[in-house]
Amino acid sequence: MGLDFTVVPDYFGALLMGAGWTVAITICAGLLSFFGGIVFAVIALYGHWALRLPVRAFAFLFMGTPLLLQLFLIYFGLIEVGIDLPAFAAGVIGLGLHFAVYNSELIQASIPAVDKGQYEGARTLGLSRGQTLRRIVIPQAVRAVIPPMGNNMIALLKDSALVSVIGVMELNLSAQQAISRTYRPFEFYLAAAFCYYIINLALEAGLRHLERRIAASR
Amino acid sequence: MDTELILRVSPFFIEAAWMTIKLSILTAILGLTCGALGAAARLSRLAVLRWIAAIYVSVFRGTPALIQIFILYFGGPQIGIQLDSFSAGTIALGVNIGAYMTETIRGAILSVDKGQTEAARTLGMSRWETMRKVVLPQAARMMIRPLGVNISAMIKGTALIAPISVVELTYTAQRFIGSTYKPFEMFLLSGILYMIIIYVVGQGISLLDRRARIT
Repeated sequence: MGLDFTVVPDYFGALLMGAGWTVAITICAGLLSFFGGIVFAVIALYGHWALRLPVRAFAFLFMGTPLLLQLFLIYFGLIEVGIDLPAFAAGVIGLGLHFAVYNSELIQASIPAVDKGQYEGARTLGLSRGQTLRRIVIPQAVRAVIPPMGNNMIALLKDSALVSVIGVMELNLSAQQAISRTYRPFEFYLAAAFCYYIINLALEAGLRHLERRIAASR
Repeated sequence: MDTELILRVSPFFIEAAWMTIKLSILTAILGLTCGALGAAARLSRLAVLRWIAAIYVSVFRGTPALIQIFILYFGGPQIGIQLDSFSAGTIALGVNIGAYMTETIRGAILSVDKGQTEAARTLGMSRWETMRKVVLPQAARMMIRPLGVNISAMIKGTALIAPISVVELTYTAQRFIGSTYKPFEMFLLSGILYMIIIYVVGQGISLLDRRARIT
């Protein structure tokens, strides 16, 4: 059986739809990982021990195990405790939490690097501890780690292909459906890979633009 | 927590962990080979080799590893490459991690002070001699830690071979979640085994790194 790429255009719409869902998952999970990362970092550094310990244990577990395993845990685990989330939501939560842990590590390392004078200055001006963190320290700490967080975002885009295993209808699964009708895995997986590559290029360009703007505003 | 069930299924997980270890070792060897060749090509004087290596890195880092595994395993037979799932998974993942390692190794080589190369060349060493006797010994020390990071990511990455039905840790966890409806227990069991493997490898790499620093 040779290669025949003429079947690919017939499924152009389906693949495009899948690509759209991949972008949607990446954005939703990316936002969750960004804000989740900040919350985890603040809890890990400043939280009450009753909050800090579970967050640290969770981070330890999620850094040491594969994302695919975590997706199974979240999807089937939530069903087990009676929460039947749609696959899309479970996928976003799984991807988002996985990368939130990695973003949190970056922010945790960056918070102490914010000049102590900033903290003291804010407190002297009468800001509360929480206000100082929220308005002065965290924005600077987060800005400093935008480039490595961007790398996490790129990894998230590629890892979004994994949520197909719990049935989220994204690019990878769209390709699989086309394959189950045409029996042409090579052509469709290659087409999917091409779409991922294009989205990846766009994301990289966007992140570079963001980094330049941040560098310029300093 | 159902401890009786955990005890009953753990032999399957131990066996699966052994498969994950085998996959990791073979993938690491292939990845390091691809990484070394890739870095050599990226730093080559021949523009063609530089181009090929740059495309290799860009394509393999720019697309999901899972898709690469699927292309080789499911699409391979169409272009005359018939591989069992173990070989297809190992080769695809090894070539994938090789693209990341190419950049790691290249970065370490480029981080060696330029003055070293200039001095060696001035002393009359050939380009190859300079690389072998001056640059690489220094670069090798610097690449141990980042390559270790690549390898521990790769160990977790072997889970991507589960969807093509290689009976490793994640596949086993998935199968037992399906048959026992105990996702937390199965996650913990396989998760702990992954963490043990990664911990042991990490310790080995730290040891290697410390030794390289002393000499």
